[in-house]
Parts: sequence; C-alpha cells; structure tokens
Amino acid sequence: MVDITIRKRPRTEAVVTQRKFFKKTARGKVIKVLRERYLRDDVGCGIQGCSACPGSSDDALPMAGDQRHQLFPHGHFVLPDTNVFLSQMDLVESNLFMPPIILLQTVIEEVRHRSLPLYNRLKALIKMDDKRIWVFYNEYRSETAIIREEGETPNDRNDRGIRKATAWYNDHLRVTRPPIRGQPPPNLPTVVLMTEDAANRQKAEKAGLSCISVRKYVEGMKEPTQLLDLLAAEGSTDIEPTRAVAGRQALYPDYIPTGTLLAGIKAGELYQGHFNANQYNYLEGSVPVPAFTKPVLLIGRENMNRAVHGDVVVVEVLDEKEWKAPADEVVDQESTLKNDDAEDSGEEAEEGDQVIRKEKQVLLSEDVKRTSEKQPTGRIVGIIKRNWRAYVCHIDSTSLTTSNATSLSQQTVFATPVSRLLPRIRLRTRQAPTLIGQKILVTIDRWEATSRYPEAHFVRALGKVESKEAEQESLLLEFEVPYRPFGKAILDCLPVEGEQWVVPPKSASSPEWKDREDLREMIICSIDPPNCQDIDDALHARHLPNGNIEVGVHIADVSHFVLPDNPMDSEAASRGTTVYLVDKRIDMLPSLLGTNLCSLRPFVERLAFSTIWEMTPDAEIVNVRFTKSVIASKAAFTYEEAQIRKDDPNLKDDLTVGIRLLNTLAQKLKAGRMAAGALNLASPEVKIYLDSTESTEPIDVEQKELRETNSLVEEFMLLANISVARKIQETFPQTAVLRRHMPPPRTNFEKLQDILLKRKGLTLDVSSSGALAASLDKCLDPDEPAFNTLVRIMATRCMLSAEYFCSGSVGRDTFGHYGLASPIYTHFTSPIRRYADVLAHRQLAAAIGYTPLHATLHSKSHVERVLDVVNRRHRMAQMAGRASVEFYVGLALKGRNEREKGQVREDAFVIRTFRNGLGVFVSKLGIEGLVMFKRDIQFDADNYTITVPASMASGAKDVTIAVFDKVTVNIEVEKDKNTQRGRVKMTLVQPVDSSSM
Amino acid sequence: MGSRVEILNEGGFRSDGRRQYELRDMTIDLSQQGSADGSAVVTHGLTQVLVSVFGPREAKMRSQTIHDRANINVEVNVAAFSTGERRRRTRGDKRILELAATIKSTFEPVVQTNLYPRSQIDVFVQVLQQDGGLLQACINGTTLALVNAGIPLLDFVCAVTGGVHETAPMLDLTLLEENDTPNVTVAVMPKTGKVTLVTMETRLHVDRFEKIFRLAGDAGKVIHGEMKSAVKTRTSALVTAMGSGPRVGAGDAADRDADERMNEY
Ligand SMILES: [Zn+2]
Repeated sequence: MVDITIRKRPRTEAVVTQRKFFKKTARGKVIKVLRERYLRDDVGCGIQGCSACPGSSDDALPMAGDQRHQLFPHGHFVLPDTNVFLSQMDLVESNLFMPPIILLQTVIEEVRHRSLPLYNRLKALIKMDDKRIWVFYNEYRSETAIIREEGETPNDRNDRGIRKATAWYNDHLRVTRPPIRGQPPPNLPTVVLMTEDAANRQKAEKAGLSCISVRKYVEGMKEPTQLLDLLAAEGSTDIEPTRAVAGRQALYPDYIPTGTLLAGIKAGELYQGHFNANQYNYLEGSVPVPAFTKPVLLIGRENMNRAVHGDVVVVEVLDEKEWKAPADEVVDQESTLKNDDAEDSGEEAEEGDQVIRKEKQVLLSEDVKRTSEKQPTGRIVGIIKRNWRAYVCHIDSTSLTTSNATSLSQQTVFATPVSRLLPRIRLRTRQAPTLIGQKILVTIDRWEATSRYPEAHFVRALGKVESKEAEQESLLLEFEVPYRPFGKAILDCLPVEGEQWVVPPKSASSPEWKDREDLREMIICSIDPPNCQDIDDALHARHLPNGNIEVGVHIADVSHFVLPDNPMDSEAASRGTTVYLVDKRIDMLPSLLGTNLCSLRPFVERLAFSTIWEMTPDAEIVNVRFTKSVIASKAAFTYEEAQIRKDDPNLKDDLTVGIRLLNTLAQKLKAGRMAAGALNLASPEVKIYLDSTESTEPIDVEQKELRETNSLVEEFMLLANISVARKIQETFPQTAVLRRHMPPPRTNFEKLQDILLKRKGLTLDVSSSGALAASLDKCLDPDEPAFNTLVRIMATRCMLSAEYFCSGSVGRDTFGHYGLASPIYTHFTSPIRRYADVLAHRQLAAAIGYTPLHATLHSKSHVERVLDVVNRRHRMAQMAGRASVEFYVGLALKGRNEREKGQVREDAFVIRTFRNGLGVFVSKLGIEGLVMFKRDIQFDADNYTITVPASMASGAKDVTIAVFDKVTVNIEVEKDKNTQRGRVKMTLVQPVDSSSM
Repeated sequence: MGSRVEILNEGGFRSDGRRQYELRDMTIDLSQQGSADGSAVVTHGLTQVLVSVFGPREAKMRSQTIHDRANINVEVNVAAFSTGERRRRTRGDKRILELAATIKSTFEPVVQTNLYPRSQIDVFVQVLQQDGGLLQACINGTTLALVNAGIPLLDFVCAVTGGVHETAPMLDLTLLEENDTPNVTVAVMPKTGKVTLVTMETRLHVDRFEKIFRLAGDAGKVIHGEMKSAVKTRTSALVTAMGSGPRVGAGDAADRDADERMNEY
C-alpha cells in the first residue's frame, strides 16, 4: 500500500499559501480564482550525498560541484535566471558548456510564459543525459517560496525568488557540511547566480551572493573561444554601458510598456495580432486583427518598428484619413540597402542617412502611386511575444572588413536570411571569412531601437551553398522539421524480432490473433505510386449472394506496434507527420515499421485494421463494420498497372474483377460527392525525376499525371475516413480526433472575383462550396485549357487550410469539411505517416471494444495539445515539401540554362500586376516568378493591366498585358554575387521583350 | 491550447505543491450552529461545507412519512459566492438535486432509520466554498453532523475523490484537477471496508479504475482517522464542560467509546 497522508497547511501562513486572483473568461465574465499552495520541507536540493535531503539515485549534481572554472577553485554550481535561457539558449545547449546547473521552477515557468519554443528546448535539455541539470521546485519549498508584494512587478517578484533560492542553496551547503572539530573548515562549493541583468546582480551582491554575467563566466572557462561565438550579442546594459549607446540616435520609437499595451487592447484602442512581413516589399507588412476585415497595413521601417515575421505585436491604427493602400511595387532590400555598412557603432545615424533618404524616397514615390483600395493603416507600438527561431542565412561578402581567411578577429557582418520574409541581420563573428559561400544558422538576440537591423549570433555552419546536404538541412531547419535519427529508447520499443518479425501462426492463445478476423484468403491488393515502400492501405471488393457488393479498406495496424505513452509514441506525436522532400523522407516512425512490419506488402501476412461495407450496386452503404484483421495482399499495383489491368478486356480474374468493381463504385461515390458540393481543388504539382541518388541535378520536371485509379483509391480512403469519423465521434463525443475544413470567409474571394469579372467576364459564386464548384467548372477559356486549372489554383489559395481538432472542443456545427462537403471527417488511412491517424486507430479500436481507450485519449486537454502540435507540423511539412521541389526545379533550370545557353523559355500566365513588374505562374514547372522592370510603366490597378508604350516595346503599338494573359518568359537562375543565394530571374519574351526595360 | 498549468509535473508535484497521494488539509468544526441538533463545518483545502442536522423529529408532511422507519430528507444549497463565478444556483438546479439525491441514497443504508418509525431526519448542506471534491466534503460533513446529532449510524462514511492524470493516479482533486482528469468519488465504511458509493461523471479506463478505486478506499481510512479524532475531541470537550462523568483519556478507550456509542442506540 502506498503511503497516503494529509498535508497540513498552517492557518497562520494563509498569506503565503493562498493565492487569489481574477480571471476573465472567453465570454468576458470575471471569475475569482482561489488557489492554495502546500509548502514543504522535502523538496530535494539534488546534490549527491546531501545529508539533509531525501537521497535519490537521480540526483544530478556532483557533491563537489564543478572545480574546473578559474574563478571558483572550490567548486561551483550555476543557478541561471530566466534571461539566460531566453537569450543564451544556444550556449547552454552547447556540449562545451557543462557546469552543473540548478534550474528553478520559477525560471522554467517564466520561460514557458515568455516563449514556447524556448521552453520546449529547455525541456529537451533537462532530459539530456550528459547535462547535469537539477530542477529545484523552489515555489513548493517552505524556505524559498515567496509571494508577490504590493506594488511589485511579476518580474521583480521572480528575480527576488531566484535570489532567495540562491541564498538558500548556499546556506544549505553550509548547514549540511558543518566543520568537523579539529579539522580546518571545509571548502564549500559556491552556488553562483548567473544573470545578465546588472540591477539584479547589484541586489544579489548586496545580499552577499556570488553572481556573474554569462560573458564573464564563459571568459573564465578553460577553453572559451568556441563558446564566445555562441554567445548572444551583448546587452546594452552590460559591460560597456555608456559611450556608444548614449551617443547613438534612436532609429525606432520605443515600445510602450506591457501593462499599458494590455490596458490599451482591453479598451479597444490598440490591437493585437501576428506580424506578417510582405515578401514582395520589405518596407511593408501587415497585421490581421479581428476588429477590421482587412489587415492593418504597416508602411515603412519605423511603423513596422522592429517586428519580425511571426511576432505577436500590438498595433495602433492611425486616423482614417491617413489610411493608405498597399503599394503596387516590388521593393527589394538587397538593392535599396546595398551600401549600408554592417559595422554600425556610433555612426549609424550619419552613415545611415543615405539609407533613410533612399527609403523615404521609395515610400514617397509609392505614395503618389498607390491606387488600390485603402485599408486600415497603423504602426507597431509594442511586442507581446517574439517568435524568433534559428534562421538559415548567407553571409554577405561585401560586408566583411577583412577577408583574410586566417583572421580570427571579431567582425560585424550582414547575414541575409534565406526566407524573404525576414530582414537582413547583423552578426558578430570571429569566423566570418570561412563562412562565405556557406549556409549558416544564426539566432537573433535582440533588436535595439538604435540599430537598423536585428543583432544575432552565429550557431553553426551547415555546409557549402548548393551542396545537397546543406540545402537539405537548411530546409529542414527553416521549417523546423525534427530530423535527428531515432534514439535507442525509441528503437527499443520495436519488436525484438526486427526484420524477422512475422504474424505468428493462427492459434487461440496467440495475443496477435485475439479478436482478429482471418482475411488471409480475401483477394486484397494495394494500389500506390511507383516505388512506394510504405504501403498503408489495401482494398478488396466482391459480389455478395444478395446482389450487393462487399468492399473492404484495410489499413496497416500501426497501433498494434505503437503503444500509447511509450518513447516511440511520444516521438511520433512530436514529429506529427512524415516529411517528404524530393530526395529524402523524414519518417515519423522508425523505418522498420513503415517500410516493413506495417507495410501491406504482397504475399506477406500483415496485421490490419479493416473497414468493411456492404454496398448496393448504386454505391449506397447498407452497413459498415470495423475489425482488426490479418490479411495477405495478393498484389501491389502502381496506378498505371491497375489502370492497364482494368482496361484489358481479356482479363477476368478475381483481382481484375475486384478492381473493376471498385472503379465503378468509386465513380458513383465521386459523382455523389460532387453533387453534394465537393470541390475539385488544384495545386501546382510537379514531379521531379532524379537521375540517380548521387547526382544532384534532376533530369526532368513534369506535371503529375492523374489516372482513374488514383481517384479510385482516393474515393475509398475518403469513405473510410468518413465512416470512422462517425463511429469515433459517436463513441467518444468529447475527445474524438477529427479533421475539418472551415468555409472561407467571403472576403477572401473578393479580389479573385473582381479580376475574373473584369478580365474574363466570369462570375464566381462563393455562397457555398457547391456553388463555388459549379462556377469553377464554368471558368473556361476555349483557347486555353490550362486556364481552368489556373483559376482553381488561385481559388484554392483563397481558402483556409484544413485542421485536426478535438470533437469536444468546438461547436458541433463547425465539424464540417468544406472542400469535401462532408459533415464529418477524420484521418484514418495513413497511420504510418500521420500521427492523427494513429490516434483515430486507437479510438476506433476502443469504440469496437477491441481494447480499452488509453487514459490520455479521454483527456480533452491532452488531445488538444497533441493536435496543436500535429497541425503545426503538418503545415510545416507541406511548406518544406514545396520548398524542396522549388530547389530542384531551380537546379533543373540551371542545368537547362547551361545546355540551352540561357534560352530557357516557357509559357506562363500573368497572375498579378505591379507598377514595376508582373507576377507570373509557369504551370509546366509549377513555379511562380517575378518579371521586374527597371522603369515604371503605365499601370491600371483597377483593371489589372500594365501598358508598355510603343517607344519601349520597340514596336509600332503600345502593348497591354493583363492578369490571366498568357506570355512567354525566359527563365534564368542567377546567383546573388554577395550572398551566393540563388534566385530565379524571369524576363518577358512575348508579347514584348523586357530584357532592356 | 490546453491549460497552461501542469497537473503533475516531472518532479512529481501537483499544481498546489502536493504529491500524488497527499490529501489536502482537512479541518473539522463540530461546534454548535444555531438550533441544529448536530452540525459540522468541514473543509478540504478550499472546499468548505456546513452541514446541519435536525431530528429525528415528527414528519411534517404526511406524504413523506414511512411507517416503519425514519425518512431522511436532504437539501443542498450552494452559496452564490462559493465559486469564482457569481451565479445563483436555485434549489431546483438539476445538479444540486442530483447531489442531494446522492447524499440521501448514500446515508439511507447507514443511518439506523428503523429505530425511528414515522419520523424525519433533515440534513441541510450549505456549500460555502468550492474548489473540487464537493461531494466528498458533503458526505464527510453529513457523517460528522449526524454523529454530532447523536443519530445512530452503522459506521462512519468517509469519502475521497481520486483521478487519473494520463496514467498517474492522484487523490483529493482540486477544481483545476477535476476539470482536467477523469475522476471518481468513493465512499467507504472503514470498519467493514464496505463501499457505499462510487460515482463517476467522466470516462475512465478500466485498468486505471481498479487502482484508483483501491487507493480512494485506503484514503477513506485516513480521512476516518481525522474524523474520529475530531469527534473524540468534541466529546471530551463536552464532557469536560458538563463537569461530570468519567474523564475521557487518550488512546483506544476513547476511541471505542465514540464508536460504541453509535452502535448502542
Ligand atoms: Zn540537500
């Protein structure tokens, strides 16, 4: 029996042990919340062999501390404050930085409050075996718990708590190691408060605590050089506090204090939202806020006030008469900022004058020309939360003061991020010369009001630009795809038989066969793309004696192998999805499962989870049942093979008959779906053919071909997903894992509707998905078959993306899937590569009484948390996949350019018009590009046209080009001379030659 | 986003600093309240209820009289200020009626009602403050108030809530924990080990149920100890106040005294 006790809470200490606060609910009600806290004396200090604390084998801190630091010969422990983790995480993570660390609960909570990504990194850090980190729950220990005093900010309260814990630790060491009579007093190790905050240090020193800044600490280490580069840029409060800073002129307005911001938001005077940078124009950004239908526009550096894409910011909206329209121009920071000097120091204001003048000019000239509709315009007055991560960059070689490759002197250089949404970054490094031509990873530390650019520190080099490894890794980093190999703890969760695992012989005693149907005789086959290794679905169909048809969808039984809450499950949950790049697949589950044990290969017995319907010949469902099963697939077809087989009239075997049956039913199902208003969406999909795994250059790029059999498989997967969704929602109404696609707000379509009407005289009815589908069908241009696809692609971009959700967390009326026109939907059919499917499998297994539902899947908050991660991973994976295709399209273009001597020409559609250029879409390559003109030309924003005057067009007449026009472009890949960043450059060939414009 | 409070952190602490099997501070006040024949104010952490017992007395309404035993009438009233959200719960509120019915059916087999045919025992439960474990507080309070009123019971009824966070069982949940974990309330009669009540409003994995059920039963015995010593203190205080009778000493004698008194009626 476990020890059950009552914790007594002394009444006299009610001040410390009770906490009252007020909370506002989503519906605006104010709630009084009373919480209590039990203070205790058994919270361990984590020092091995401590005589006062309950000893435990996982005490992380060595008894004598760390004795290798020069400043602390008697040994020490480091106790960092919150800011150390917020600003120096790269350093703390480095395997060169290994002091024993005392991590306070207060600090962890503050980090979580300030930055979720950093909190996750911190949690991973605590788990690392080689780091000696002890979490001390100071808020629960009676001597170290504190409460906020009247008038004290939360920040000050936490700082005080951290100092109190430091003092306690030092006392604790003293008390637990008293001097022994007749012996010299023992040399006690020191617990050192590590903080970047000078004021906090002063207070600590006054209280007799030992404290140190990160830089001082690192400088005192035995091998400081490598670590010094990892150090975040110096805080202005630190080390050289005066001269330079004082003399520097602020370039940006100061932020309003957080308290005032929050009050302003509450009062409805300020608005909070995510900052979106504009990829076409670095001097413009926007913040969507619920109060306005259009996002709040921010024009110019000062108004964007140091926000970086993704930050949560607070904007103030200007008076309506100052509202402006977004510029119609492409403004590129490389050209405008070409001459700015990275070595800023005190002279930024003067040298920068030129930049300011130039940018002002750009803005002014735009102002005159802004023609589109005005929208709320404002400025950023504060930041709620920075969402900075590590960014992949190139070093701008012109910003180097010395390119002497052996020089190890520190210099300040510019780093240009790969993403066009980010500003140029200022970086201090000792390794600048060796980093030229490499892809590097940097972390932004801060952005002062006196500095034009954010300041960052170097994390590591990824490799040479355009080398396959560097490009791949940088892509994974940019989209935050976890790609480390699976660790031992995870691999230990796999069956011990490994590749030799087989379904055991059928017997009543075998756990594998318990409650499983034997479907091994069933004529089941799989249909997939060529070379598919992770076959997670297979199908069958046969006539029933009553004239109906039995159809089965058999999905790999992944949840048999991935058990809830073990290390493999947690890893899969945090990866969320398998990521497909052109030349690499980053698996969600170890490949033993994906490509073998859970792959429904032909002629092998495999465990499956089957959905079996009885259908009428008209594809009406008579009934559906779900069962765990054992199957042995009879064939693995490619789409093409299945198609050929189906179309060959000489074949009458069971497999072929099955495929034909499936095909007829699928066509009826599809017709039914379309009639219900499902959308036929399109996205530019191209296929990259790689010559071999060694060469980096793809041999060809072509558009994906879709066959009837693609649609066959798709229809039945949709059907299975819908049937499963119904079942799990019925059984677990609070926590079913579902997927939905919200209907897009009508305003999203306004622009496209206007363009279609003005350019083609076509109307787009967006009142429902059915109406949209119908009017999309009518968007035809008899001369241009690709036009319809183009409109579909553009319409798809106006929509919201689908998302996973927990059924108990949203209103029943928002369950619908807009694109599929289904009232309910989930993902069940790809558990090898999507984590949501694994959850759906577990819920379905519980719903049919095969296993009880794991406790975690009863918890709404747990399901919500997991799905939040999965949704994010899913989005990132899509973007990473697209970026990978783009990279290879770029390589293919480069190769073609060399072979065809710069004459790569393709047809393209105009999709946007700018005052100084055109946005075009090359459907054959699935890429978008910009055609830029050096001079402004006649531009009609209302009618989406530009007109090239006869004089420039070197022809007899003016040439007008409009959105949806088909043009011919010449495509080149040019490398930026300074940063080596490759970019696609397009020039117009037809109807006019724009190379000289 | 889920809630930002960790129900059980990696160090094994719950959000209020307790460990899994630690119950909240429990206080019991058995002093006289108004004209009640017996009353008790019980707190578990920040949950506080006042239970007053009137009777046994003559049944007021004929329709409620039972010819061979006493009728137990339970009414629950939730003070508007008891939760953070000020909200008046009327007597007819379904949840409150359910709570009253649960208390009634828990005590019907425990109170020796057959000793008082055609009479009525009124139990009024006033919820003063709520922070999880409301039913447990009501049941423990009712037991104590009945004892205090001198109404014979077969045994104490001691209730505890248990929950399962992911896979870890926890006892005596706060409101925050109750909202986030599947939970059960178990009431036991410590002497016989009989379970008189198990309620569950959320789903719970069967495998976990057994464990938490056993734990809650054991915790009931711990609560019993607390209740017994409060009764003992109250009895000895009364005895001392009356200035007569045998002085009640510490230890088992007093223990038996309190227990036996109940059986004798
Ligand atoms: Zn200790």
